[in-house]
Amino acid sequence: MSTGTNPGNVRRGSALALFTATVRREFLLSFRRKSDLANPLIFFVMVATLFPLGVSPEPDFLAQLAPGVIWVAALLATLLSMDALFRSDYEDGSLEQLLLSPQPLFVLVLAKVAAHWCMTGLALTLMAPLLALMLFLPADGMAGLLLSLLLGTPTLSLVGAIGAALTVGLKKGGVLISLLVLPLYIPVLIFGTGAVQAAVTGLPLAGYLALLGALLALALVLAPVAIAAALRISISS
Amino acid sequence: MSKPLLEVNRLYCERDDRVLFSELEFQLSAGEIMQIEGQNGSGKTTLLRILSGLSLDHEGEIRWRGEPVAAVRERFCAEMLYLGHQAGVKAALTPAENLRWYAALQPACASADIPLALERVGLRGYEDVPCHALSAGQTRRVSLARLYLSRAPLWILDEPFTAIDKQGVAAKEKLLREHARRGGSVILTTHHELAIDGPVRTINLDQRAGTSA
Amino acid sequence: MAEKKWLPRWFFQLASPRWCYQITGRLLPGLLLLTLLLLAVGTVWSLLFAPADYQQGNSFRIIYLHVPSAIVAQSAYLLMALAGAIGLIWRIKVADMVLKSTAPIGASMALLALVTGAIWGKPTWGSWWVWDARLTSMLILLFLYLGVMALNSAIENESTAARAAAILALVGVVNIPIIKYSVEWWNTLHQPATFKLTEKPAMPAEMWLPLLVMVIAFYGFFVVSLMQRLRNEILWRERRTGWVRELLNKQ
Repeated sequence: MSTGTNPGNVRRGSALALFTATVRREFLLSFRRKSDLANPLIFFVMVATLFPLGVSPEPDFLAQLAPGVIWVAALLATLLSMDALFRSDYEDGSLEQLLLSPQPLFVLVLAKVAAHWCMTGLALTLMAPLLALMLFLPADGMAGLLLSLLLGTPTLSLVGAIGAALTVGLKKGGVLISLLVLPLYIPVLIFGTGAVQAAVTGLPLAGYLALLGALLALALVLAPVAIAAALRISISS
Repeated sequence: MSKPLLEVNRLYCERDDRVLFSELEFQLSAGEIMQIEGQNGSGKTTLLRILSGLSLDHEGEIRWRGEPVAAVRERFCAEMLYLGHQAGVKAALTPAENLRWYAALQPACASADIPLALERVGLRGYEDVPCHALSAGQTRRVSLARLYLSRAPLWILDEPFTAIDKQGVAAKEKLLREHARRGGSVILTTHHELAIDGPVRTINLDQRAGTSA
Repeated sequence: MAEKKWLPRWFFQLASPRWCYQITGRLLPGLLLLTLLLLAVGTVWSLLFAPADYQQGNSFRIIYLHVPSAIVAQSAYLLMALAGAIGLIWRIKVADMVLKSTAPIGASMALLALVTGAIWGKPTWGSWWVWDARLTSMLILLFLYLGVMALNSAIENESTAARAAAILALVGVVNIPIIKYSVEWWNTLHQPATFKLTEKPAMPAEMWLPLLVMVIAFYGFFVVSLMQRLRNEILWRERRTGWVRELLNKQ
């Protein structure tokens, strides 16, 4: 085993291989601790249940509320799950090793968020029809709901991850993440609910979906940079 | 005498209203082992974190192979192995999975060497047991197995012998000497009495000045 | 800290907390006087001599407080983000301190804008609050400020806190145009008859001149407050250095 023979020649596995390995590791970790998987989904359904209980179970009334309520519930459920994104790695020292890797941090971070999204945002999107049923969302709105959630929840995960990275060094990051991230969620919320409402009233969806897509594209490019910088800062003290 | 691997100039660090060290200077060449000494709280761990690049709270210059570390960060990370206080081992994964992940992070490792590395730290037969079922010492050894996997020339080790028995310590001391003989360098802190044959440079932070060999 | 040739020397001189303390000490009295003067002139002019709006009567005068505070609240966030960026890139402590000092002032300005907006709203629309595009954007801006302040105070290590807050401020700055656009869009969807809170397209000179004076006065007030807070922050952060001890011993 020779040492230091090729100082400048960092043998890089392809970015895709690294991405896949990271995603696979995240799935492995989550499926071995199954309890954490279901929590955001249960929360999602419970929040939606609060509205008929707290306000009114009238179908007409709920149908009007449905797009907003489902979106807000998805948003809150995503937020709730964000703290766990980096916390376990921070506590056992894996985050340090991640930051000391010569591999591009952008890819590593993107992979972690992508895996996290599959287990929260994507799962929430797949559960959304259930909530649409409970809240009497008109059938026309379903396509708009699913598409908007599909395009919007990745952005929520990416932006939420910034908050998680900024607070990972704190002992109780939970509520602080929400405070930091909720203002940043507002555009996604506005366009997401706009899409659903347009679908319900039969108006074209394309504009809203394009806007959501643009926000996602921006988040995909900028968020991992912010997340990486925030992780380095959090671990530096 | 070849160019030094690591150069530290006028390093200054303060934390919690205390200056841990200032005007710290030293050079580390290939084949050298350096021990950082000092009482608890004197800044040993902080110094190692600064050298590895984890901590940003310092002033002064650190150079790797003559270039400022910030400019060659990727190369530096590829040629450096850091073992911190925490094991960096995920309890839900097995030792083999943990090491495979480490090999993905550090391309200078070959995942084919993993079974051998685990054997060398005495974890043969435990490759597929989740780490939460292992003892603290065994988990620590998973982290130490990285020393057998890595091809990095510079090792920065913070208390590498914690939770290791006497036999294990002797084996690791031999490993450190072999690594130095092959041209690698080691910076470490430890409470143990080091019994490595051969010269070991020391820097005592309590005196806040470097003593060069 | 690499000295880049294209950056003027005073940029790096400013990086010294001590120099910053001294120069703000010299500028402060003059600026304070100027600000008080402008505030006095502006207030008297706007409250007494500017013509009343033919639609809203005298309650319209609140815009002489509302518009300047809104403008300063938004500019202050940009300054905060810029200071954060400088602190991150060049690791200048004073920039971190500027960020920390600006946040509460900006938040107060945003709060003032919201309160004066509400005061204006009561006689005009009959309610203390309305989900108008500008007020809602200002509320979100206040939340962004509060987030920066919360993050800064949650992290114990001061330089780590400043860097984290800088990242948050930069993320916020990128989002502000997006938030404004989306809130405006949302507002047009739900309130087709939007009532524009401020300037009508053509404001006669008797109306916008006092407004301009008030805007400049508010900027002056912002700078004076910032300098004061910055000086305090410098004294606190550098409390262990020789020159601060000397200074405190002299008093």
